[in-house]
Amino acid sequence: MKGIWAPMSELQITPLHALHREAGARFAPFAGYDMPIQYRDGILAEHAHARTRAGLFDVSHMGQAWLDGPNHESLARACEALCAADLVGLAPGRQRYTQWLNDDGGVIDDLMLNRPEGADGRLNMVVNAARKAVDYAHLTQRLPHAIRLTPRPERALLALQGPSAAAVLARVAPGFETLRFMATKATAGLEVSRSGYTGEDGYEISLPAEDAERFARRLLQEPEVALIGLGARDTLRLEAGLCLYGHELTEEIDPVEAGLSWSIAKRRRVEGGFPGAARILAALASGPNRRRVGLALEGRAPAREGAEIVGPDGAAIGVVTSGGFGPSVGAPIAMGYVEAAFATPGTVLGLVVRGKTLGAKIIPLPFHPHAYVKG
Amino acid sequence: MRFTRDHEYIEAGGDLATVGISEHAQQQLGDIVYVELPALGATLKKGDAAAVVESVKAASDVFTPASGEVVAVNDKLGGNPSLVNENAQGDGWLFKLKLSAPGELDGLMDAPAYAEYLKTVE
Repeated sequence: MKGIWAPMSELQITPLHALHREAGARFAPFAGYDMPIQYRDGILAEHAHARTRAGLFDVSHMGQAWLDGPNHESLARACEALCAADLVGLAPGRQRYTQWLNDDGGVIDDLMLNRPEGADGRLNMVVNAARKAVDYAHLTQRLPHAIRLTPRPERALLALQGPSAAAVLARVAPGFETLRFMATKATAGLEVSRSGYTGEDGYEISLPAEDAERFARRLLQEPEVALIGLGARDTLRLEAGLCLYGHELTEEIDPVEAGLSWSIAKRRRVEGGFPGAARILAALASGPNRRRVGLALEGRAPAREGAEIVGPDGAAIGVVTSGGFGPSVGAPIAMGYVEAAFATPGTVLGLVVRGKTLGAKIIPLPFHPHAYVKG
Repeated sequence: MRFTRDHEYIEAGGDLATVGISEHAQQQLGDIVYVELPALGATLKKGDAAAVVESVKAASDVFTPASGEVVAVNDKLGGNPSLVNENAQGDGWLFKLKLSAPGELDGLMDAPAYAEYLKTVE
């Protein structure tokens, strides 16, 4: 049999690498980093843990950077020229999800921008590990000289996710647990936002790399907390219906097709002035040609990324972008793109897996309900 | 019990043999959520992709270590694919073959040789 993870050389490591090894991690290369895919209990148990208690994820491979400008207004305007979010209206202490767009309206990367409390002219950015270099080159080239990009490789990033996350954080780092969803706050080197990538309530915690292991060990002393690897991170985000760059998002896919219209601000729809505005505004007005959908499979066999999606007559109408077994759903699930005419929930389709057509049905996303605490 | 370099095992008694994936392979794959088995009566040639074992992360082909006709498949795996994790080299077997060329097994590793081989791939 083949397909067993193979070790690779010349990989970067995160500040928690030794801790992962001690916890029995199985590593694999991800975006140039030697990352923990799972620990001793395995992906299914880790997934369940994050859904029921609190999972601790090391996501230090992600790109953290500052964007600095003369004041918030000019910084926000400069960044708005590269994305479709309302950043001028981003209040201090708030976080926004958006995408850097290319001139055709395709997604260069999706990211979080935080406006630190008290900051007038700084945004804190978190981008995908695999797109760091592309993003930084793009921003350096396209932002005006008055805006400075400062990568922060000296920072680690942890995510604490699950229904017990707030109670745990209240014990370990009191003061952050009361943050609202998509709010952010910094104290004593910790920069915490209430957000995540699992569909659960939780926090993302940026801290100096040299403090990361001590802080992670402190969190792990709490009875609800266990380390969760990238394997379960992927099953959790798939069930939550969240996009993964390189799968649901690429330079060819625009945010409307991807079901991310909610992240395109009303003012920006009126004013335009973002890359690919012609395509994106047309898609908003008359609907995109293809749509990201959720697929529930009939049998037990999963369909993986790349599986062709066929209509009732067997003609190709799309492709699976992420697929596997949904541990909380208890069945195989997939996301993919289909022609808009087939995107209605309830539509019955086929997924071609190893030459066989498996029955599937379009169902609304997410597969597993979000449990964000929106207060 | 004999092993392949791709981590299948085969255990023969006369011309009847049981095929599965090794304990090492199930550990490496992690939680197994689906197993696709060959059709009863199928004729397989050594090295053919005969079954698919799917972990949460990925699908892996299982290549038959020897040629023969499929005379049984492990029906229990349909409802309980995690049997492969629990006992890969026992209850988690995949299929049984009526061997057409039992001599093919001579080229495979025995348990001590496989254990040595694992040291080189880790």
